[in-house]
Amino acid sequence: MINDMSPDDIDGEYKEATLILYGNITRKVFFSDREIPYPDGKLIVSRTDLDGIITHVNKSFVDMSGYEEAELIGMPHSILRHPDMPSVAFKDLWDTVHGSRKWQGFVKNLRKDGAYYWVKATVIPNIRKGKIVGYTSVRRKPSRTKVDESIRLYSSLTE
Amino acid sequence: MPNIFTVSPDFTPSHLSGWYIFNTWLQRATNEPIRLTLYDNFFNQRQAIEEDVIDLIYANPYDAAMLVRDKNFQPLVKPEGGHDEAILVVNVDSQVQDVADLKTYSIVAVTDDPDVTMMGMIMLEAGDLDNNNVRFLPCMNYVLVAKQLIQGNANVGIFLAEAFDDMSNFVKKQLRVLVRGQIGIIHHSLMMGSKLQEKHDQIQRILLDMNNNDKGRKVLESLGFEQWLVVDDEEMEFMIDLMDTLVTGD
Repeated sequence: MINDMSPDDIDGEYKEATLILYGNITRKVFFSDREIPYPDGKLIVSRTDLDGIITHVNKSFVDMSGYEEAELIGMPHSILRHPDMPSVAFKDLWDTVHGSRKWQGFVKNLRKDGAYYWVKATVIPNIRKGKIVGYTSVRRKPSRTKVDESIRLYSSLTE
Repeated sequence: MPNIFTVSPDFTPSHLSGWYIFNTWLQRATNEPIRLTLYDNFFNQRQAIEEDVIDLIYANPYDAAMLVRDKNFQPLVKPEGGHDEAILVVNVDSQVQDVADLKTYSIVAVTDDPDVTMMGMIMLEAGDLDNNNVRFLPCMNYVLVAKQLIQGNANVGIFLAEAFDDMSNFVKKQLRVLVRGQIGIIHHSLMMGSKLQEKHDQIQRILLDMNNNDKGRKVLESLGFEQWLVVDDEEMEFMIDLMDTLVTGD
């Protein structure tokens, strides 16, 4: 079960929104206009089970998300969902990986402190003995040009 | 027929004798005939793998998927702390301060080391550069990558971190690190083919025990690390999945 965000965790001024996540779960989130730049040379890596529940995160994931590892394991990956991301992007992600294919896209992620960071994400199904047993997601630094394009595209999809 | 052992051609030259010493040690420890055969480049090594010549390999992570999925190799061990990392380097006087400053059709000096080039290109992506809009300047080794940068023939070079760090101060003073990769999850692995598979557990135990005796420790020292660590099937599959997210990333 995913909890609402806490205003006490937010750094500076913030806005609030209620998201409807996969499985019809609602979550209240608080978010600010502060962007955290993606660190050079690093990859953010996580794995989930078939339901999108986080089973593994690397240190870069922990550092960039602002959560402790223990707060992340067992949570839905949508704990990072930012209200500026259109739900159609995630539908495309799930449709793609359920079809045993690789998904790639630019994603604005929400941190525990309400700030955000952009990533270029690649998600692949983990196939063992012919069956999908989970998913691996790897995020890398996006170019500013691609981020700007994504901002324009996503704002047209969320209006 | 001896078992043919080979090492990924990107090994550091200073460890060449170490691999021969390791081969002799492994032969005695396992009581198996093993012959070290080295290849000048990845193309020739892959051809030998394709022709089922190789029985044991210290493999580049880039080749792991092919070895496991096409050739039924099994992982044995990896060196402790032996992650592969890439570095982007420019001439010390270059105006480029950030990857985003590099222009389309920049000249990128590279070796044929596949995982390092892949990791370097991922870092260049943040500057909107990819395989389709850069010009590669292929080099036989990292010393020549450094030379091309120093002579101003390339805008940026991709190095294996270990190779760059081992260069003389004289060379390093003429260069500047633009981005240092800190991926921490991609590593070489010692792997075995189907001919040796029933001895997998026995050989793995022998390798893991190497650092518990003087002779084994000295052999490991000659390879540049302190001990081997287990790589199980799932860890290898995970690394292959990771490589898959990175290899055809465009």
